[in-house]
Amino acid sequence: MNNSVANTGRLAWAALRMLLVLTVVTGVLYPLAVTGIAQGLFRDKANGSIVNVEGKEVGSELIGQTWDLPKKNPDDENEVPRPDPKWFQPRPSNSGYDPLSTGSSQLGASDPTLTKLVGDTKKAVAAFNGVPESEVPKDAVTGSASAIDPHISPEYAEIQIKRVAKVNGLSEQQVTKLVEDHTEGRTAGFLGEPHVNVLKLNLALKDLAAR
Amino acid sequence: MSPVLADVLQVSALIVALVLVHRPLGDYMAAVFTSGKHLRVEKWIYRAVGANPDTEMRWPAYLRGVLAFSAIGVLFLYLILRIQDDLPGSLGFAAITPDQAFNTAASFVSNTNWQSYSGESSMGHVAQTAGLAVQNFVSAAVGIAVAVALVRGFARSRTGELGNFWADLVRGVVRILIPITVIAAVLLVAAGAVQNFAGIHEVTTVTGQTQSISPGAVASQEAIKDLGTNGGGYFNANSAHPFENPNGFSNLLTIFLLLVIPFSLPRTFGRMVGSVRQGYAIVGAMATIWFVGVVLVTWLEYAHPGTASQLAGGAMEGKEQRFGEGASSLFAVSTTMTSTGSVNSFHDSFGGLSGGVLLLGMMLGEIAPGGVGSGLYGMLIMAVVAVFIAGLMVGRTPEYLGKKIGTREMKYAACYILITPALVLIGTAVAMATGHGEASMTNTGAHGFSEVLYAYTSASNNNGSAFAGFGANTEFHNTALGLCMLLGRFLPMVFVLALAGSLAEQKPVPETAGTLRTEKPLFTGLLVGTIMIITGLTFFPALALGPLAEGLAA
Repeated sequence: MNNSVANTGRLAWAALRMLLVLTVVTGVLYPLAVTGIAQGLFRDKANGSIVNVEGKEVGSELIGQTWDLPKKNPDDENEVPRPDPKWFQPRPSNSGYDPLSTGSSQLGASDPTLTKLVGDTKKAVAAFNGVPESEVPKDAVTGSASAIDPHISPEYAEIQIKRVAKVNGLSEQQVTKLVEDHTEGRTAGFLGEPHVNVLKLNLALKDLAAR
Repeated sequence: MSPVLADVLQVSALIVALVLVHRPLGDYMAAVFTSGKHLRVEKWIYRAVGANPDTEMRWPAYLRGVLAFSAIGVLFLYLILRIQDDLPGSLGFAAITPDQAFNTAASFVSNTNWQSYSGESSMGHVAQTAGLAVQNFVSAAVGIAVAVALVRGFARSRTGELGNFWADLVRGVVRILIPITVIAAVLLVAAGAVQNFAGIHEVTTVTGQTQSISPGAVASQEAIKDLGTNGGGYFNANSAHPFENPNGFSNLLTIFLLLVIPFSLPRTFGRMVGSVRQGYAIVGAMATIWFVGVVLVTWLEYAHPGTASQLAGGAMEGKEQRFGEGASSLFAVSTTMTSTGSVNSFHDSFGGLSGGVLLLGMMLGEIAPGGVGSGLYGMLIMAVVAVFIAGLMVGRTPEYLGKKIGTREMKYAACYILITPALVLIGTAVAMATGHGEASMTNTGAHGFSEVLYAYTSASNNNGSAFAGFGANTEFHNTALGLCMLLGRFLPMVFVLALAGSLAEQKPVPETAGTLRTEKPLFTGLLVGTIMIITGLTFFPALALGPLAEGLAA
């Protein structure tokens, strides 16, 4: 009996030492080495692809953000945000594009709540952009997985052109060209889906409108 | 290019990459686990630990090593999580509660990586890198070690010795996992994944809002999360988060990483038992099931059944625009069938029937191709069962790779295949009967039941993905799922190692004209059939209540 207790103790001690050594290797040396390489070779990307405008950080290229009008009452937590017609609008997000609260609605594909939400969003998007409901694309009425999706589909950008051009006093051709310039195809031509980065598009729009 | 053509190219590129890599990697892994030499760094580790890497262990000793190392792992990780508020780089996050810390420790040590916490709002730098990521490495290496021990059981005769656990563990980490993860992590950063130890970064957006950008050593953790078929995301959104998986390239790389070791290990097995064709028969069964799953889910998601998806014009709820339906479906099947559980889209919002395929992928026992190591040993157990069934059909004593499959061997195999179904079904039943299941549902009706069934299936099979509407962070579920994960990981290992010991003691049976040719396609077919019948019979009633009811109603 004493013998087996001693054996178990010896084994546990060996296991603990093994874990500590491997913690140093895989939990300290490995992440530090990768961080060193990453910061040396790809500093911008490793730090979050932060976008600067006139020396000020306005967000990350990879993290979507909201493009809403200022709140009527800044202290009202429950006020429904109203999209600003001046900007290209992103996909719906259940967290208001908060990077500290990522994740989707988790509602099933035949869930009645989701069905109603999709229907309401479709009506709202159609009215906001002055297009028939049949032209509203799927990504405009569905929440992404991350709730901070930085992209929209080229189709969703397209139905927003007319409104954006009008509000910013630009011609539709100018804005169409802008969208075309900011449409990114599939990675390497066949990976994933074509997409438009909303932050980059809106920053270019801001430049164009200011000219 | 049409989305379907792009998708066909994407899947083809993945398959070509796997075909090209499995051979050198499989052969390399065989060399790693048969070599008599130790690297200098390994000698340092053995000296620091005081282990003799050349002592041969019989199965009970090998098992004691696995269990002691894993038990210490649970305690150590639990401790880190409980005191993380006092550790440097905690980002101001509080200590994890006892039930959630138990759940998370059990989850990462069992290679499940079920997450009842949300990374970006609860885990600091030390908890992530020195706690969670370490278990990503070592739990994967433990899985490979146990698989290698079983392969030695087939390869060796008249001994009972299965190798040295400490040596197998260290070699798995040092020679296999670390080299690949370093390369993969750098590629991920090149694609845009973040890698830093900064604080939470506040920016003021164009419209004047404050946005908090999360920091983290993300790429280094991503690489091992996927390569080790772990799956625990740095952030709550997992591989859907643009900082973890920024574009189509990183997405394909991620899928490649989670499939590459499981699909290469059968080659290692073939090498070690002296016939690579035996390995190909096994990999054939894995690949067939995986491929059928990919085709089914991709087709179903493009067809987008379900009232909400129909109204939206596509199944994009819970999917990222840069990936779309195709890349999301490929990821979903690959992650559920490899016991990884990372996600680039949320499975809860998949159509009823696609969700059913994902569930079934886990219910198969994570063998197509399964987790690193666990996929191979799970599939070899199924091969033993298939050989046994074939033996019954012709009335011969079954044998596999020159070893008799007798009463003792079949008892171990049968116990193995009973464990996870028992955990899944009893776990789900208890959760539903006590009301804890219903209380945690986000969805209603059949889909709500699927959420509970998915949770217990995922935990017991060490997958870790979720129908994430399921509110997992309650005392009941943290505890129950934590137990499912530990039992679902380590009880099967007991029977695998016992079987390995029993096989290694036998003397080989000479091959005769009546021996079942287990390296032929016919055997691959028999194996796939056996898997389907066993899983189908076990889980059909539960599937009928959840995904089938939902899918057929839509």
